[in-house]
Amino acid sequence: MVEVNAGRRRPSSVVSLTRVPELAGWHREGDEIVLGACLTYADMERGELAALVPALAQAARTIGSPQIRAVATLGGNIGTASPAGDTLPVLAALDAVVEVAGRAGGRRVPLLELITGVKKTSLAPGELVTAVRVPVLRGGQEFLKVGTRNAMVISVVMVAVVVDLDGQSVRAGLGSVAPVPVRAREAERYAGEHTDWSRGRLAGPAVARRFGELCAESTAAIDDHRSTADYRRRAVAVCAARALARALPPLEA
Amino acid sequence: MTVTGERTATAGRLGHSAARPDGVPKVSGQFAFSSDLSADGMVWGHVLRSPHPHARIRSIDIGPALAIPGVHTVLTADDVLGDNSFGLEHADQPVLAHDVVRFTGEAVAALAADHPDTARRAAQAIVVDYEPLEPLIDAEEAITAPPIHPAGNIFRQLVIRQGDTSAEGEVVVEATYEVGMQDQAFMGPESGLAIPDDDGGVDLHMSTQWLHVDRDQVAACLGLPTEKVRLTLAGVGGAFGAREDVSMQVHICLLALHTRRPVKMVFTREESFLGHVHRHPARMHYRHHATRDGRLVKVEARIVLDGGAYASTSGPVLVNACCFAAGPYVVPNALIEGWAVRTNNPPCGAMRGFGAVQACFAHESQMDLLAAELGMDPVELRLRNVMKSGDRIPTGQVVSGAAPVEELIRTCAAVPLPPLDPSPAVMSMPGGSGRTADPARVRRGVGFAVGFKNLMYSAGFDDYSTARVRLEDGVATVTCAAAEVGQGFVTLAQQIVREVLAVDEVVVAPAETVTIGSAGSTSASRQTWMSGGAVERAALAVRARVDAGEAGPIEETYEHHHPPTFPLDENGQGVAHVSYVFAAHRAVVDVDLDLGLVRVVEIATSQDVGRVLNPLQVTGQIEGGIAQGVGLAVMEEIVLDRGLVRNASFTDYLIPTALDMPDVTIAALVEEPEPGAPFGAKGVGEPPTISSSAAVAAAVRDATGLALPRIPIRPQDIALA
Repeated sequence: MVEVNAGRRRPSSVVSLTRVPELAGWHREGDEIVLGACLTYADMERGELAALVPALAQAARTIGSPQIRAVATLGGNIGTASPAGDTLPVLAALDAVVEVAGRAGGRRVPLLELITGVKKTSLAPGELVTAVRVPVLRGGQEFLKVGTRNAMVISVVMVAVVVDLDGQSVRAGLGSVAPVPVRAREAERYAGEHTDWSRGRLAGPAVARRFGELCAESTAAIDDHRSTADYRRRAVAVCAARALARALPPLEA
Repeated sequence: MTVTGERTATAGRLGHSAARPDGVPKVSGQFAFSSDLSADGMVWGHVLRSPHPHARIRSIDIGPALAIPGVHTVLTADDVLGDNSFGLEHADQPVLAHDVVRFTGEAVAALAADHPDTARRAAQAIVVDYEPLEPLIDAEEAITAPPIHPAGNIFRQLVIRQGDTSAEGEVVVEATYEVGMQDQAFMGPESGLAIPDDDGGVDLHMSTQWLHVDRDQVAACLGLPTEKVRLTLAGVGGAFGAREDVSMQVHICLLALHTRRPVKMVFTREESFLGHVHRHPARMHYRHHATRDGRLVKVEARIVLDGGAYASTSGPVLVNACCFAAGPYVVPNALIEGWAVRTNNPPCGAMRGFGAVQACFAHESQMDLLAAELGMDPVELRLRNVMKSGDRIPTGQVVSGAAPVEELIRTCAAVPLPPLDPSPAVMSMPGGSGRTADPARVRRGVGFAVGFKNLMYSAGFDDYSTARVRLEDGVATVTCAAAEVGQGFVTLAQQIVREVLAVDEVVVAPAETVTIGSAGSTSASRQTWMSGGAVERAALAVRARVDAGEAGPIEETYEHHHPPTFPLDENGQGVAHVSYVFAAHRAVVDVDLDLGLVRVVEIATSQDVGRVLNPLQVTGQIEGGIAQGVGLAVMEEIVLDRGLVRNASFTDYLIPTALDMPDVTIAALVEEPEPGAPFGAKGVGEPPTISSSAAVAAAVRDATGLALPRIPIRPQDIALA
């Protein structure tokens, strides 16, 4: 709709999904949460959902103005597939699975397989994102976003860190640093190996710093009108280190 | 926030925070902005713009556009009825480009269609064969580069020589500063409605800053006598200088005359960014000489302003930048050289502060550099050199009016610093809603700056204003063409007439060009003095007749002129200005040292106001001006890539939000009446913008220890330093 309003797209018809109750809201299915495609950012920001998936609430809060958050949806963020889509690093870190419906029936696709490039998805003509499945995890979650003003800003970089205390793993999703959301696998492995899982603490402050550097190494950042590749790498390193230290407070060195 | 200077005043009269007559309509959605206009049989205008910063036009084929159903006409340069050039100072910009385009966004064709969407599609169907040329994008190079316009590349060159230009100081500090291209970023995009008349003329309803000069420029381009072009001010959604120049005025009038239908045009946000002038980017090399005990001996400055493709007001902006280049200080010797040049970048012109903003960033940065070199407190250094009434600026002109600079500095510097929050909420730290801050890596900084500029136009320009006051059945009506652009002249006009005539009901008639003479531009902080003065004197003339016992409707018209000014001579000397206005700002910032993100915590300010005529409106101007100053310091910039604008949207041209706007503490509104000014009041619109940017930059330097010679300061300038 943003591109339609800006006159960049001229669709012959537009279908509103706002009155399809099956796509709205969210519910819990065991250890998973099913987020409707029409779930708004305002819905994600508060209440029980924000407690269950705090990184998603933190990401939602950074998007646009209250007016925009009242109408803009999770499904829209996925379908747009912008490198700067604010919920995408969180969904990537959560290994979110997208439910897609089409004339030939439904399918489930991991988010990172659904998004194939800058504003490109593997959705076929006639297919619709209906829901997103994310796990309920025990452990800290952090979403940090750098922009050149303090609110209502397109991100320069984003970092989502999700800790799974039961699975003893750390997961990091990065945004605005590549054509698609990125998982920092090497950094995740390193952090997992340098965490005292019995206490839920990083082995030391240096671990967070190294984790940040490894996250930065997994980016493919570019220069553009919003920032530079060098700054983006620096900002990822700083934000990832801060996010991890908040989610898994380090033991003193 | 604290306001001093609040006085006990009669409701609705001078000194009282009288309510705006347009306030409730604006906040309740009832006010008609220019984009809300409509007329029976109206069609929609649209302009095709150049995608190239510099190109030769080989051919234009309008056939495919004309073939689209619903398209009424498509016009090119050949269809311009009068002069195919316009401009505020020099008519050097084509209405529609004919041989060459000189900036991205230059108008090439204009068309009208029955629906705005049809108009946009038709514009895309026009086939223009361009031969791209190498763009001239560097202002320094432009001084000597082959001309890109028959009028040459230099809009204005200026030298100011004061005292002994070979004088040397015991201490010398030297640096080069840069200011990026700021946009006025008003909320209401350009829009207007042109209605053809049976007599071959046109009625133009337009959001603008100066109706009569628009009329004159439009008439020349339409080949009509001025009386056949009648302007009425339509609701203005902000201006800040960007509506001084003609944007769509000629295009919609041409379309109206060609189609014989009313033509409406509303710019998209992208068109607005491409279709109006910006603040001049500046490159400024400075050398300050001083004695060991901190007295200024000489200021040397070399200022280069990038005026972009067409002249607009580049000349007067340069005059201002040079006149105020040394700051509000006693400077016995000065050598100031300036150039305003033509490039293939977007045209630049008027914006709040008009040349003084760029110079202030440089001279205040120099004062801090000098203070550091001398081991002096920056505020103390400023006080040691402070300008007083009776001192001269480098043009030799004596500052004869109020110049309470010392009081401004002392009161502003005396404001207690805001306390450090021991456990700040993440939202109130740098990075805001992005939750990026680590309190251990956030440093606080404090910076101080003082600035000044002129009120009214300068250097021989007679910018008079005309007003009429009519009293009938106890109701007064004010007619004045002063453009209300949000600044509050309509409120002030009511207050003045209530005060002079002791009536309650005052109607402000629509601003137009048919029944009243020019009011000059809503610019240069001049309408309170110029049009306020015209209204006052017309009202006084009415009162004299009432006092003489005259009954029945009484009407008086007054044309108010300020004392004459004169152009600067070959040494940049002369009486070029009418009056000056000063302000001081102290900024407190928190900086994330690793990410380079800045949160401006507080701006304290003192301002020279002459007299407070409406405390609420003065406060509004101060807060709004500070918002623009903070924006220039840390985020607002038109990003150019070889002449292409990369961020022509509010998605990417960032202005401060509520989370970026600092608390504003008004330490003092210094009321030293200005001789010759109506009610002793000075204009208040520009000073808040002049030194607030410099104060924020100084505070960020204080927090980081970095030189930071450029605004806006970008995160990478700190994080990667």
